[in-house]
Amino acid sequence: MTVEELAKNTSLTLLTEGLDLSAEITKPFCCDLLSIAMGKAPAGSCWVTVTVNNNTLAVATLTDVACIIFAEGSAVDQALIDKAKEEEIPLFKTELSEFDAALLAFKQ
Amino acid sequence: MADVLTFTYEVSDEDFTRAGEASSDVKKKLKKLGVSPDVIRRVSIALYEGEINMVIHANGGTITILISEESITMILDDKGPGIPDIEKAMTAGYSTAPDNVRNLGFGAGMGLPNMKKNTDSIDIETKIGVGTKVTMVINL
Repeated sequence: MTVEELAKNTSLTLLTEGLDLSAEITKPFCCDLLSIAMGKAPAGSCWVTVTVNNNTLAVATLTDVACIIFAEGSAVDQALIDKAKEEEIPLFKTELSEFDAALLAFKQ
Repeated sequence: MADVLTFTYEVSDEDFTRAGEASSDVKKKLKKLGVSPDVIRRVSIALYEGEINMVIHANGGTITILISEESITMILDDKGPGIPDIEKAMTAGYSTAPDNVRNLGFGAGMGLPNMKKNTDSIDIETKIGVGTKVTMVINL
C-alpha cells in the first residue's frame, strides 16, 4: 500500500498537502517513546503515535519512515506541519486509537 | 594517507525541540556521498541519541564527524557533569532524564544502548564535573 492509498481513508486527515505520496508503506509501527522509535521504527513504515513535537519529526526523518499518523485526536500546530513539509514527511491526524489507525496501514 | 572529510557542529542547549539538526545534516551529507542506506541509518540513530544526550544532560557541546574510506568516526565532546557510573548508564532502561524531557517522549533509557548497538565501537571518557567525550566508529 502506498501513502496515497492510505490517504483515501476518510477517517484520516492529510495535514501536509502537496507532498509526494507515492512511497510504499512497509508496515505500521506504533510507539510513543521516541528513544524506542529511534532504534526500532522500520524504514518505510507508517508510524502511529500520540507524541506530537519537533523531535517526532526528527526521529521520523532519521529512520526514513514513510509517513506519520497522529492518533487519538492529537492537536498538531501549523509550525510542525510546515516543518514536516520541509522535511517531506507526510502527516495525518485521526480521532482513531493508535491500534485502529495502524490497522488502516496493515490492510492488503 | 587516504583523505578524511571533517565536519564540526556546535550543539546548543537553547531549544530542545531543535535537537537533531546536526544528525539531519550529517545524514544528508552521507546520502550525497553515496554511503549505503544501512550505514546512514546506523550513523543517524547513534548520532541523534548522542546529540539528544548532550542537550538533555550537558548543556550542549561539540560534534566532530570524520569520514574516511574505511570508517565514519563520530566524536561528541561536552563540558557537562560527567557520567558517575558508565556501566549503569549503558544499561537498557536506566535513565536520569528529567520529567520535562520524558514528557516529550525521551528518557526510556535507550540512548547509550542504541548508540552501542548501532556502532562497531564506542569509547566513553568521562570526568565528573569536567565533561564527557564519546567516540563512536562505524566501519565501512
